[in-house]
Amino acid sequence: MFLINCPYCGERDQQEFKAGGEAHIKRPKQPTELSDDEWAEYLFMRKNIKGVQFERWNHAHGCRKWFNMVRDTSNDEIKATYKMGEKPPAQ
Amino acid sequence: MKNKYSIFSLIKNAFSYHENWQKAWKDPQPKKEYDAVIIGGGGHGLATAYYLAKKHDMKNIAVVEKSWIGGGNTGRNTTIIRSNYLWDASAGLYDHALKIWESLSQELNYNVMFSQRGVMNLAHNLQDVRDLKRRTHANRLNGIDAVYLNTEEVKKFCPIINTSQDIRYPVLGGTLQRRAGTARHDAVAWGYARGADEMGVDIIQNCEVKGIKRNGDSVEGIETTKGFIKTKKIGVVAAGHSSVIANMAGIKLPLESKPLQALVSEPVKPIIDTVVMSNAVHAYVSQSDKGELVIGAGTDDYVSYTQKGSHHIVEGTLNAILELYPIFSRMRMLRQWGGIVDICPDASPILSKTSVKGLYFNCGWGTGGFKATPGSGDLFAHTIANDEPHKLNTAFNLNRFISGDLVDEHGAAAVAH
Repeated sequence: MFLINCPYCGERDQQEFKAGGEAHIKRPKQPTELSDDEWAEYLFMRKNIKGVQFERWNHAHGCRKWFNMVRDTSNDEIKATYKMGEKPPAQ
Repeated sequence: MKNKYSIFSLIKNAFSYHENWQKAWKDPQPKKEYDAVIIGGGGHGLATAYYLAKKHDMKNIAVVEKSWIGGGNTGRNTTIIRSNYLWDASAGLYDHALKIWESLSQELNYNVMFSQRGVMNLAHNLQDVRDLKRRTHANRLNGIDAVYLNTEEVKKFCPIINTSQDIRYPVLGGTLQRRAGTARHDAVAWGYARGADEMGVDIIQNCEVKGIKRNGDSVEGIETTKGFIKTKKIGVVAAGHSSVIANMAGIKLPLESKPLQALVSEPVKPIIDTVVMSNAVHAYVSQSDKGELVIGAGTDDYVSYTQKGSHHIVEGTLNAILELYPIFSRMRMLRQWGGIVDICPDASPILSKTSVKGLYFNCGWGTGGFKATPGSGDLFAHTIANDEPHKLNTAFNLNRFISGDLVDEHGAAAVAH
């Protein structure tokens, strides 16, 4: 995993990017209604998958835009990158 | 019975060219059922089994390890041992471990080469100075030895450090814990394995866990590559793979697994007789008994299970090392490797029961679990045997992520462990 395909800039060196953790965690619509368990789930609990996982990345030293990535954490192979708001590609 | 290791056994075995040493542990096939099974044959897992057998009289237990014992993070860390943590809960936990380290070689009849050569933490800016002074005071209130050193005292304690005030991150001072130091990581795993084996614990290597069988709210056993093993108590000590095991049991943990790297140089004559850590520039260094410089680098920021890591992480660490120790500029690095560390949001471990009866987790040690090995094993064994945490690990429960009562060493102590 040395090159990352930014959906806005194309292939760039990995060092230009920052990882932002698990993707598609839904922000609660009604935070005031949340129980402690639901807060813990939203804030702290992570799938931390060994295998194909969906992640957020930021092109920090480039266009500075956030995007999503599908990546295999068992061998660091990048399957796809796609823009925020787009549907994840079928795996 | 195990034969005692001593100078006499060494001489005796010399006559048979060291070819007839007794096996340090058996290589058993798993039984159908155990009173408890520990998943993970690293230092923490083997120590847990050792103390379960020794202090809680649970002899019908097994440790299952997917490859060979001590081959994961136990054999990959930089072997630093210290207990100068800021918060009371952490200080209690890590100093408990340090006290066991002090007599561990005698207890196990196995030389773990524990060397109290001191650990020095450097300050590079005014905030570091304030934080480290505060930590020194907190340590002393908790009965942990700690002193604050100014720049001259740092230089006197470790003369090869560049204390020029012209460098990018000048050394403004540091703390020193003299009881801290290093130990031989492999020996810790082997010593505990030998001790546990002697008391009847089955250490089953090359046995990967494939599933955890649940019956409603309690556990029934584990599916492994060597068949099904029935048990009512499962202690998971799987470090970077904790989330994978948790997933098999249908629970979620607040962990992210990331690669952490370390490297050693070619061996040289003694040049640094202590451990120096710098959190601000992220560089820590000590020298092994073989003469290699042992250097710890940082973690990557993405989840990975590859036991590799990015090149620029190593490069950044070596930049910092060279600025602090110009004398190392022509040293050649010999080996580099990675381990997968399970990091908690508050950078403190989890030693806890779970919502599933009979399922216990010892994880989240992140970048600094080695130093706690004996204490972690002791307290986790207590938790499994009594189905209740010991008072020293009560704060490190899984429920703290729901209650919000975190042990926030990340913000308070430092990034490096």
